[in-house]
Amino acid sequence: MSISTYIPLLVILSSFLPALIIFRLSEKQHFLRTLLNLSGICITLLLVIWMFIGVYYSQNYEIRFVLIQNLDISLRAGPFALFFTGLSSVLWFITTVYAIGYLEGSAHSSRFFGFFNLCITATIGIALSGNLITFLLFYEILTLSAYPLIIHRGTEESRLAGSIYLLYTLVGGTLLLLGTVWLYTLTGTLEFTPKGFVHTILQEHSSALVIIFILLIAGFGVKAALFPLHGWLPKAMIAPAPVSALLHAVAVVKAGAFGIVRVVYEVYGLETAAFLGLTTPLAVLASITIIYGSLRALFQDNLKRRLAFSTISQVSYIILGIAIVGPVATTGGIIHLVHQGVMKITLFFGAGNFAETLGVHHVSQMNGIAKRMPWTMVSFTIGALGMIGIPPIAGFITKWYLGLGALESGQEWVVLVLAGSSLLNAGYFLPILYRAWFLAPPESWPEEHSFSKGETKSSLLWPPLITAFFALSFGLFAASPWSPLAWAHLITQQEFF
Amino acid sequence: MYLTIILTTPWEIFLILLPLFGGVLAFLIPKLNKTIGIVTLMLTLSFVVCIAVKLLNTGAYYHLIGGWNTPLGINLYIDGLSLVMLGLTALMGTGASIYAIKYFTQKQSLWFWPIWLFLTAGLNALFLSQDIFNFYVTLELIGLASAALTALSNTKEALIGAMRYLLVTLLGSLAYLLGVALLYHGFGSVDIAILSKKIESIPVTWAAMALMSAGLLLKSALFPLHFWLPPAHSSAPAPISAILSALIIKASIYIQLRLWISLFIPLNNFYFEILFALLGSLAILWGSIQALVQTRLKLLIAYSTVAQVGYIFIAFALALGGMSVAWSALVYLILSHALAKSAMFLVAGNLLHFHEHDRIIDLDRIAQRLPLSTTAFALAGVSIIGLPLSGGFIGKWFLLEASLSNNSWGITLVVLLGGLLAAGYIFKVLGFTFTKASLAQKTKEIPLSMELVPLFLAVMAILTGFFAAPLLSLIQIGNPFGTVGLSQ
Repeated sequence: MSISTYIPLLVILSSFLPALIIFRLSEKQHFLRTLLNLSGICITLLLVIWMFIGVYYSQNYEIRFVLIQNLDISLRAGPFALFFTGLSSVLWFITTVYAIGYLEGSAHSSRFFGFFNLCITATIGIALSGNLITFLLFYEILTLSAYPLIIHRGTEESRLAGSIYLLYTLVGGTLLLLGTVWLYTLTGTLEFTPKGFVHTILQEHSSALVIIFILLIAGFGVKAALFPLHGWLPKAMIAPAPVSALLHAVAVVKAGAFGIVRVVYEVYGLETAAFLGLTTPLAVLASITIIYGSLRALFQDNLKRRLAFSTISQVSYIILGIAIVGPVATTGGIIHLVHQGVMKITLFFGAGNFAETLGVHHVSQMNGIAKRMPWTMVSFTIGALGMIGIPPIAGFITKWYLGLGALESGQEWVVLVLAGSSLLNAGYFLPILYRAWFLAPPESWPEEHSFSKGETKSSLLWPPLITAFFALSFGLFAASPWSPLAWAHLITQQEFF
Repeated sequence: MYLTIILTTPWEIFLILLPLFGGVLAFLIPKLNKTIGIVTLMLTLSFVVCIAVKLLNTGAYYHLIGGWNTPLGINLYIDGLSLVMLGLTALMGTGASIYAIKYFTQKQSLWFWPIWLFLTAGLNALFLSQDIFNFYVTLELIGLASAALTALSNTKEALIGAMRYLLVTLLGSLAYLLGVALLYHGFGSVDIAILSKKIESIPVTWAAMALMSAGLLLKSALFPLHFWLPPAHSSAPAPISAILSALIIKASIYIQLRLWISLFIPLNNFYFEILFALLGSLAILWGSIQALVQTRLKLLIAYSTVAQVGYIFIAFALALGGMSVAWSALVYLILSHALAKSAMFLVAGNLLHFHEHDRIIDLDRIAQRLPLSTTAFALAGVSIIGLPLSGGFIGKWFLLEASLSNNSWGITLVVLLGGLLAAGYIFKVLGFTFTKASLAQKTKEIPLSMELVPLFLAVMAILTGFFAAPLLSLIQIGNPFGTVGLSQ
C-alpha cells in the first residue's frame, strides 16, 4: 500500500475534520474558524490537483474498507470522479470566501460553517464513491447536513421549508435504498463498472431491472430536481445566499445528476439501458423538466426563486445529454456539470449581493441597479447571457454539443427543446438585464448599506467576478487542452465509450 | 502469562456475583453508593472484555458451577450472542450509571443504586443461562427490580405506570413459569441442551410453547401487547427509561430467541412466520403513527420503541423462515436500538430538566443552547430511522436483503414506510430545536456528564455501523443460530 492509496480518504478528511473542530468553536473565535476553513480547503485543493495529474498519467487511486461480507466502502478517483471533485472543491473555496463576508458577525457561524463543510465532505464523497453503497452513504449524509443550513435562520417559515425538503429527499433516499438492496440481492455486487454490471442478469430479470432503474432514477431525481420531484428546491431558497449558491445550485442538485450518470453508465451501461428502452423516456422527462422549469421561472418576481426554477431547468441538460445516447451529447451533458455550476453560482452570488447590500430581493426592485453596483451586475450579466447560450460564454458550448449529439443520433426533436429553452431563458433573464442596465434607479434602496470604497464588501464582490471569469474563459478557451471540455472528452473516451 | 490468567479465571461467575455483592454493599453503605455503583459497573465492563478474549481463544464454552454437570448442577453457557448481550448491558449500564450520578436526588439514589445493581446481576445471569428455569428466576428478578425503579420518580403517573407494569410483568412470568412446568413434567429436564434432544411435537410441547411465548411477548411489548409500555417508559426517570427500553425488553426477546433456535425447532412452521411478521408489521405502523402524533417527547420516544420492537420481530419471522441473513439483522436491530434509544431517553431527561417540561412544540432554541444533547438526539435518530451509516442502517439493510430475497413485498414496504415515519417523528422534534418557543420559560443548567453520556451512546449507535464486519464475526462465535430455519 503506497501513500497514493490514502489520498481519496485524505481528501474526505481534509474537509471533515475541520468541520468537526469548527462545531466546537465559540462564536467569537472568528480568526481560528477562518484559518481552519481555508487550510482545509487548501489541503483539499492540493490533493485534488495531485490526483488530477496522477489520473492523467493513468495512476489509480482507490481505498476500500470491508463493511459487511461482499460489501465494501470504496473511494476511487477516476477521471469522472475527479471532474466533480475538482468542481466542488474550487467552488467551495470561492463560496467560503463569500460566506465569510456574507455571514460575518451574524449568529451561529460555527454551526453554519460546520454543516457547510460537512456538505462539502459529502459531495466529495459522492464524487469519489466507487460503488453504489458508498454513494448511498454520502448521499444521505448530504441530505442530512444540508437540513440545518436550510433552517439556519430558525424561523417558522424556514422550519417548514426544511420539513418539505426532508419529505422530498428522504422519500427519494428510501426509493434509492430499495433499488440498491434489490439490485444487490439480484447481482451480488454494487461496484461501478465501465459499461455496467447488470447485463449478466438481463435475461432473467429484465422487468425487475426496469423497476430498479425507475427507483434509482427517482431517488436521484429528487435531488436533481427532475420534474415532478423538484418541489423542494424553490422552497429551500430560504437558506442564506452562500447555501443557495453552492449547495442548491451546484452540490446538491449535481449530486443527483451525477448519480443518474453513474447509474446509466456504470451500473446499467448505456447499451443495456437503451436495450431496456429506458433512455428515451429519460430524455423526454429531462426535456419536460427543461421547459417546465423555464416556464415557471418566467413568472417569479423573487429573484432567488427565479434562479431556482432556472436551476431546475438547467440541471436537466445534464440528464438530457446522457439520455440522448452518443459520445458527443454525453460530452455536452458532462461538461454542463461544470458550466452550469460556474454560471449559476455567479448568478446566486449576484442575488446575494443585491440582497445584502441594498435589501433587493425582487426582480421588480432591480431598476437601475447596475448604476449602483456595476461590477456585480457585470458578472451577473455574464452568467445570465451564458445561461441563454450566447457565445462565447460556457453555456453556448453545452448547447452546441447537445444539439450536435442529438442530430448525430437522429433525435431532431431535442434541437427544438434546446431552441425553445433558449428562448425561454432569454425571456426570463433579458428583462432583468434590461431593468438593471437601462432603467433609472429609484430614489432609495429598500435597505442600503454603504461601504467606504467599492460597491460592496470586497469579499462579496470578488467571488462573482472570479466565477464570471471562469464562465467566460471556459467558453473562450474551450478548445485548449486545459479546459474542462478537454477533460470531459477524456472522461467520455476513457470511462464511457 | 496474562493470557493464562484471563483464560482460566471464571469471569462469568464474577459477572453475576459482583453486582449482587455491590448491591448489598450500596444498600448497607448509602454514603458510598454512587462510588460502589460506578466501580461495579466498570468492573463488569472489564470482565466482559476478559470473556471476549476467552471466547476468541477457546470458542463458545460451558461453565459448570461448582463442577457439577447437568442435570444436577447449573450450567452457564457463553457464545457470541450472549457475549454481545453482556457487552451491551455493561456498556449501556455504565453509561446510565454515570448519567444517574448527577440525575437523582439524594433520596432517590438511596434506592436506585442497590436495585439497579441487583437488576444488573439479573440481566447478566439471564444472558449466561442455558436452562429455562433459570430464565424464569432471572426474569422475575428483573421484572420486580424494574417495576420498583419505574416508581422511583414518585409522581402519580409514575406510580400508575409502575403498578400496571408490575402486574403485566408478573402475569408474563407466571405464564412463562406454567410453560416451564409443563415441559419439565413432559420431558424431565429444564436444561435447554438436554430438552432439545428429547423434545417432540406433542400437545404438551405446544401448550408449553404457547404459554411461554404469550408471557414473553407480553414482556417484550409486541403489538397488541404493548399497551403497558408507553405509560411505564415515559413516566419513569430518564436513566430508568433508558434501561427499560435498551435492556429489559431485549432480555425477554433474547429468551424468545434462545428457545426458538434450539428448543422449539420441531414446532417451527410457516404460520409462526406469518404471525410474527404480521404482528411486527402492525407494531411498526401503529407505533410509528402513534409516535408521530404525540405532543410530549418521552411518549414519542416510548411509542418509537413499540415500532422498533416490530422490526425485531419481523427479522425474527424472516429468520425462522430460513433467511439466515435475518439473524444478523435481528442482532443488529437489538444492538442499535438499545444504544440509540437509551441516548434518546437520556436526552429527553436533559430537556425535561432544562425546560421542566417535554412538550415538543415549546422547545426553545435547544440546538443553540444544548448543542451536545441535540447532536446526540440527531445521531440516535439517524440510527433509529436507519440512515447510513449507522447500526440501524446495517440492521435494516440485512432486513431488506432478507425480505427481498424471500420475495416478501409486504414486509419490504412496511420496513421502508416505517423508516419514513421514523424520519417524520425524529425530525418533528429536531425542527423545533431550532426555533424559538412562543412563551418565555425558565431554564436550568445541565451538568456536562449528563450531556456527554447520551452523546457517547449515540456515537456508539453510529459506530456499530462502521464496525459491522468484526462485530458480526464476534456474534458468530459458537454458531448460536446454527441451522435453524435452514432445515425447513
